[in-house]
This record gives sequence, C-alpha cells and structure tokens, in this order.
Amino acid sequence: MKRKDFLYLSGIGASALLLPDFGAFANPIDPLQALEKIDVKIKKELADVALNAAKAKGASYTDVRIGRYLNQFVSTRDKRVQGVANTESFGVGIRVIANGCWGFAATNTVTKESIAKTAEQAVAVAKANAKIQGEAVQLAPQKGFGEVSWKTPLEINAFEVPIKEKVDLLMNVNDIAIQNGANFVNAALFAVNEQKYFASTDGSYIDQDIHRIYPTFGVTVIDRASGKFKTQSALSSPMGMGYEYMNARPEDKVAGVITRYKNRYDILGDVKEATRVAKEKITAKSVEAGKYDLVLDPSHLWLTIHESVGHPTELDRVLGYEANYAGTSFLTLDKWQSKNFKFGSDKVNILADKTQVGSLGAVGYDDEGVKCKEWNLIKDGVLVNYQTIRDQAHIIGLKESQGCCYAQGWNDVQFQRMPNVSLESGKAKLSVDEMIKDVEKGIYIIGDGSYSIDQQRYNFQFGGQLYYEIKDGKIAGMLNDVAYQSNTQEFWNSCSAICDESDYRLGGSFNDGKGQPGQSSAVSHGSSTTRFNGVNVINTARKI
Amino acid sequence: MAILSKEEAQAILKKVISYSKADACEVSLNGSNGGNIRYARNAVSTAGQVDVMSLSVNSTFGKKTGSASINEFDDASLKKVVSRAEELAQLAPENPEYMPLLGAQTFPESKTYNENTATMSPDTRAEMVGKSLGVAKAANLDAAGFLENSTRFNSVMNSKGLFAYNKSTNVSFSVTIRNKEGTGSGYVEQDFNDLSKMDVLALSKIAAGKATGSAGAKAIEPGKYTVILEPLAASDILSNMFRGFDARSADEGRSFMSKKGGGTRLGEQLFSENVNIYSDPMNPELPSATWNGDGIALKKTEWVKNGVVKNLAYSRYWAEKKGVEPIPFGRSMVIEGGTQSLQDLIKSTEKGILVTRFWYIRSVDPQTLLLTGLTRDGTFYIENGEIKFPIKNFRFNESPIIMLNNVEALGKPVRTGSGMIPPMKIKDFTFSSLSDAI
Repeated sequence: MKRKDFLYLSGIGASALLLPDFGAFANPIDPLQALEKIDVKIKKELADVALNAAKAKGASYTDVRIGRYLNQFVSTRDKRVQGVANTESFGVGIRVIANGCWGFAATNTVTKESIAKTAEQAVAVAKANAKIQGEAVQLAPQKGFGEVSWKTPLEINAFEVPIKEKVDLLMNVNDIAIQNGANFVNAALFAVNEQKYFASTDGSYIDQDIHRIYPTFGVTVIDRASGKFKTQSALSSPMGMGYEYMNARPEDKVAGVITRYKNRYDILGDVKEATRVAKEKITAKSVEAGKYDLVLDPSHLWLTIHESVGHPTELDRVLGYEANYAGTSFLTLDKWQSKNFKFGSDKVNILADKTQVGSLGAVGYDDEGVKCKEWNLIKDGVLVNYQTIRDQAHIIGLKESQGCCYAQGWNDVQFQRMPNVSLESGKAKLSVDEMIKDVEKGIYIIGDGSYSIDQQRYNFQFGGQLYYEIKDGKIAGMLNDVAYQSNTQEFWNSCSAICDESDYRLGGSFNDGKGQPGQSSAVSHGSSTTRFNGVNVINTARKI
Repeated sequence: MAILSKEEAQAILKKVISYSKADACEVSLNGSNGGNIRYARNAVSTAGQVDVMSLSVNSTFGKKTGSASINEFDDASLKKVVSRAEELAQLAPENPEYMPLLGAQTFPESKTYNENTATMSPDTRAEMVGKSLGVAKAANLDAAGFLENSTRFNSVMNSKGLFAYNKSTNVSFSVTIRNKEGTGSGYVEQDFNDLSKMDVLALSKIAAGKATGSAGAKAIEPGKYTVILEPLAASDILSNMFRGFDARSADEGRSFMSKKGGGTRLGEQLFSENVNIYSDPMNPELPSATWNGDGIALKKTEWVKNGVVKNLAYSRYWAEKKGVEPIPFGRSMVIEGGTQSLQDLIKSTEKGILVTRFWYIRSVDPQTLLLTGLTRDGTFYIENGEIKFPIKNFRFNESPIIMLNNVEALGKPVRTGSGMIPPMKIKDFTFSSLSDAI
C-alpha cells in the first residue's frame, strides 16, 4: 500500500500515474536503452567488491545480486493509448550472514564505493539482529558453479519489437471489440526482462537473462435499461517466452464453446469471441445453488491449483514464516511424515518444477545460486514433498535446496517462492467431449475469476469467466452468478477424471504476492481439463 | 541522505525546468529511506534497509508526452534526462485526454513528518521487536511479525509555476501470535507517523490474549448473524468500497454507483442514516499530504452525509467533460462514529459474533460489490453482552453496501488500515460456510 502511495505521489504526470506495480524504484527509459547490456566482466568486478567488503566486516556468507529489471507496459482503452511505459530498475542487493543471523542492504548507486558501504550496512543489520536472534541460520551446502549463464529460450525478444507494432495490435483489439458491440474495452501488453547477475562466497558467478510476456484485455458490455454490466477477460496466459507467443498457429487453438490457446495466442480472435460471450452473459440464466459435477478447463483450473496446492506446499508457510501475512498451511509436517496423507484421489499427481520450457517459473538457477529441477509434491494422491530453499531444507531432511528462492528486484531480499506447480495429465486417452458425456448434472467452467481461500488453505471459493450448464451429458446453455466453495482435501479427493496430455495447457500468475514487504513473482500451472464430482455451487446474485 | 529539504528539492527542480524546451514540463523528485525487520517462529527471519532517490521528467509537445527518469543529479545528468524526455515526447502518440498543466497552487503544510520516526536506527527496530518477542516467549506462544519505518519526501514542479513538497514518516507494526499447538491465533496491526505513539508491547499483549482466547474454537452454523466488527475488520471490508466513489465509472454504467437507466447514484440515500464518511488530510490522527499526483490540493471532502452520497471523485479530465470542479479521491478516510467503545458494543449485544479481522477479501460481483472473504485470528460468540466462547472461522459473502444499510451502532473511530474507522455493530451479516483454518 505504501509503495502505491509513493508511485501515486511521485507521478504528477499521466504517464507516471499509469505505471503498474513494477517495483518501488523503476525508472522510465528510452525503449532502445532496454537493448543495451552490461558487460559481465564489470558485474563480476562489482560483485567481488561486495563479497570482499562483507567478509572484511565479519560475514560468514555473502551473496550479491546485481539486477537490471526491464519492464515494458503498453495499455490502451477504447480508442486511445492510455500509456506506454518503459522502465528500468538497476541496483545491487547484498545479503550476508554475520553472527549467525541474516542481514540485507541494497543500493541503486552502482559504484564500488557505494557497494562496499552497502555490504557493510548489511553486516551491521545482521549484527544488530543477532542480539535478539535465537537459532543460528543453517544453510544447506551448495557447490559453486564458477562463471555460468542461462537465458530463456525465445524466438523474438519482445523488447526488440517496435512499440508502434504493439500499439497498433492493441488498438486493433479494441476496434474489434467496439465493432462487435462492446461498450468499453481495455487491452494491454506487458513484457519483462530480468537481467540478473548472482555471485556468492560459494564460488558461483551466474549471469541470467529471463523473459516473460503477458497480453490481456477486458471487454465490458452494458445494458442501460436493466442497469446490468458484464465483462469478459482474455483467455491468454502470461508466459516465460518472447513475442512469438503473439503468433498463433492452428495447432495452438483448442476448439469448443470458445477457443482456448496452447503455446501461442491469437488476441484478435479471442477478443471477437469475448465480445460475443459478454453480450450473452447479459441474458444468461442465474444458477440454481446445489451440488454439481464441475468440468474445469485449464484456463480456470490453474488458479485453483495455485491457491489450493501451490501455496499450502510452501515449506516456509508450513513452518510459520508467513504466519503474519499469507498464513500457515494445513499440510503440517506430521501429514508428510505419515507418508499416507490422502491429499487427493489416486488420479492426482502434482509436479513442482522450475524447468518447463515456456513456463513463468523456468530459470537456470534460483536467486541463491541453486540449479533448478523437477520433483513430485503429490504422488497418487499422497503428499510426498514440499517446496523449499537453502536455510530451510534441513528441516525436511534434505541435503540440498530445491531451488525455490526468488526476489522480485535487487532491492528486495530473496525468499521462498512457488515453482511451477502442475497437475499431471491422465494416462488413459480422454477428450473433453468424452468427459462431459459422462456428466448428468454439471457445470463447465472456463477462465479464472473471483478467488478467495483461507490462511491455512482449507476453505476456498472460486468463480470463473464462463459457466455452461451440463445436463445429461450435453452442454445446455450459459449460466450466471456461479461460484463454487469447497475444502481443499475434499475437493482434490472428488477428482474423478483427468483428460489426456493432448489437452494440457499452462495458465499462470504474472503477479503472485507474498512476504513483508510484499513481493511479486510469476509462476505457471499446467493441467488438462479435469472433473470434480459433487462440488457445492452457490448463487452470487444480490440486490442493492 | 536521500531526504532532501524543501529548499534543496526546489533548487534541483528549478534547475531541471530551466533546461526544458518543451511546451510543458513537469518534474518530480522523490526519495526515501527506511528499514524493516521481519520475524517468525520467535526469531528474526529477514531484515533490511533501503535508501533511494530519483528524478522524473514529463515533457509535453501539444498533447504528446514523454517521460524519463534518472538517479544521478549532476548538471550533465539533469540535462540528459530532460532531452531524453523531449525526444520520447516527439515519438509518443497523442493523448486525447491530456490536460494542460495547473499553475501555481497553495498547499497547506502537512502534519505527516515526525523527527523521532525519521531517526530510527537498526538497533531501535531490534529493541522494539525484542519486546514483542518477549511477550510471546513469556507466555510460551509463537510470534511472527513485521516492523517497518520509512521517511520519504515527494516534490514536484512544473513549467507553469506549480511547486509542491511533502515530507513524511511512517512506522508500521503487525504481529500474529499463535499458541504452540496451533489451535489459537491472534493479530494486531497499527501504523503511525509518530514513533512515540507506537506501543509494541501493549499491541503484542493484545495479540497474545487473542491467541490464548481463541483456542478450542467451536463450530456454529453459518447463516445471518449480528456482528461486531473491530475497526480493523470494518476497514478491511470498506476499503474496497472507497475505491468505487469514482464518477467516471459510475457515469459509464459499470459501477455499483451507476443508476439503472443511466446516470449515477450521487444524491441518493445509499446507506443507513447513521453513516457519515469524509476525508481530511489535516486530520491530526491520520494526516496525509495536502496535494495529490495531479497537483490538486486535497481538502476536507464529504463523501456520505446521513447515508446520502454527497460526492464522487472526478479526475481533471472527467470534471472538464462533465462541467464540474475536479474532486480528488480522498486519503485519510474518516467514518464518523459515536463515543462507545468496542466493549460497550459487546455489552449491548444479546446474540452476535465478534470479528477481529477479515482475510483474503475479493470481489465476487462488481455490480453489487458483493465480496467474499474469511474471518481470521480471533472470532468469538457473544451472548447477553459477554464473549462466551471462541468460534471457528467463517467465510462471508456480503456487500459493504448492504452492510452499511444494516448498521445498528457505531463506536469511537480509531486509526486503522485505510482510515479512522469505528467498531461497528451490523445486523444480518451473511456467513456462507465454515473454515477449519486457525
């Protein structure tokens, strides 16, 4: 909240006011500047200054992150360009252990003198806190990788695509919406490039170049006579890839009640269909509350996976490190130790990974120099593992970290963040049509909507973008006012069928919040269409 | 180091404006420094300190604006940032909603700065956290909390003579205290401009009391109940509503403030007669800056009087289009109340539920502002004017518009969350399901 106040106050001009939450101290820059790179030799030299200065003041471990974070945000509303922002945030964050306690300091004055001073400040913070510290920090050992690098596999760097091309595309999106009967439309495109250099006293010097992209829009249709308004959001996903995401191929389109998309996206096709369905929503019938079998599309299910599987399997939450903000977790250590806690039905297998190509979580190394990998969280319905980082790995008997450490910027301290968490597809061949054929009374839900879950991740309520009634194996028409409520364990145990891998798609969160001060991260969740039997659906219509 | 005085900021801004060749130029210079400690499991988990200053230039030719920013302040760098903003402006698309710059304005001096807070050191923070940890350890409970202080300055100047400066401090503290068995949890949060008002010891004792008192919660049936919302709970749910006091979205027909058939609900009785809401940057308990990002003076503004909507916020653009004066969004929102304490409200309640706070509130339907979320960190059953026993947390599905039509009593407002908010007694509040979360 304070950061937003700061941005609000700092931007007297319209363009600054339109900046999304890019991080506290992102500066607007010329788009061409975004293509300039900093020599890795210089970064190594600067990193060594920090490592040496902290050591001289008594640090037993130091890592330094020299980060250049580029963001581009093009936003449009109806017939006008609302804002074009190119920002750069460049600085150095230094984390140390001194007297057994963590300390962190950061600066955006990237000179050797300032870096040395900041390293000393980090040690001073650690020593001040060591006076009230209990147990000393225990870091899982990590071998140094020497000088290595990693880059997001991409075909087209979004920062190399001219702004005009992006503006024209988005204005075209808006034109299509208005021509097809939308009253209002907002379209936007976000591109992110994290150029991160990590060095630590373990002997790693890791240079990474990470790209993400997110096109989106929202269409609003208003019926003045009834006073009703309805919206439909884009069925795109934020992805860990370049501008090639914007060029859909026939094989990326999933046909059905509305087109959905795999590894490439057709924003012009989607907005036309979005306007059609938003108009249909004005007169769609209100749902009758009760128990329904839910058929959940991957464009919807990713968020349910994120909230009900991703967050409760974060080890720092389980241990209580997030108790004062995001909360703790119902997946307590005793449930994992029992080796037979039935998180879901036998069909439920959930993977954590930081390696899947195109995903938001994919990087070569995490923000404390650990090489990334893949592992099971849920195996045949049973809880088998968590997600963790170096200073907590020993608590679940691991000899090394799982590589889940991330900081949103150079001025934020890194901590445990969710890897990609995805539901494995069904092994037997099963299409969405075949799945729906078996449903007597159900609702087919597409797109993510309203979401809320308690601080231990038991009780949740989710809405969506589109709801279709299923009657006796057939889609019977559109519904309004749908939300489902359940308990995480009950819900995943009601999982009765999962479509095969031909239906597998990624969804994701471009801005997942956690921590104090709050930090944002991006993470993907893959799945195929999945059925859950007998879930409680409420009607959300009210009169004011 | 990053906190410049009014005169220092003004001198840099003047210099930057003097380099401008654009039709219009506005420059902002902002800086902050501060630090934080985060703790959990009765020990420090992270701590940090950040010190930053930066300068941004918006240059406009006609209706085309370009922005550039820099964090170096020598003359060459300042010249460079101005020419970069001017180059970008020439490339920018026209903004049909561009508003000409405002000329010189007068802004009263705010009350947002406090020297005690500005001089907080890492040792002061550690000492304060030590007190909070002491409360938890003495009672064999687990504390997780966050303490943060910051000092910042914000300044702007434009080529038409507008200059504004504000310096502020803030210290914020929150703590969740849980029992070792994980069956009880309590929470407090508080922020002030003035460090001397912050009593982490007393606050931590409240959280510890709730942790112990909420253990062994019983399940009661979801449904409609009379609730007593502590100021934090009321603030959690109402902050969503304040953002809806926007004339443009109401005029456009896409807000709960829109009227069937067209127009807005300005002037309508939307809430109970005992609901009065205003904002005031000079409120001594909750001061804010006296100007906003548009360079408009923030004044005391009445939003709701006796349940009637008195004002909606108009941006400069929308105000011009509608032929009215711009009205900036309020900061420092105040919901007026009475003199009753939380205890008084409990005493006057035959049957009801006391809510410490809400969590994970999300919009379900923007048309009716229906929200969902859950109670957290201390929910209690009240009978015959007394707290009888702790109850399990509920999910609610409720609209603040409906809620403010069901107000039975309002207590004395206190600084919390988004404003000065009273404890509230509300009838027929809708809880839709139970949660096992503690």
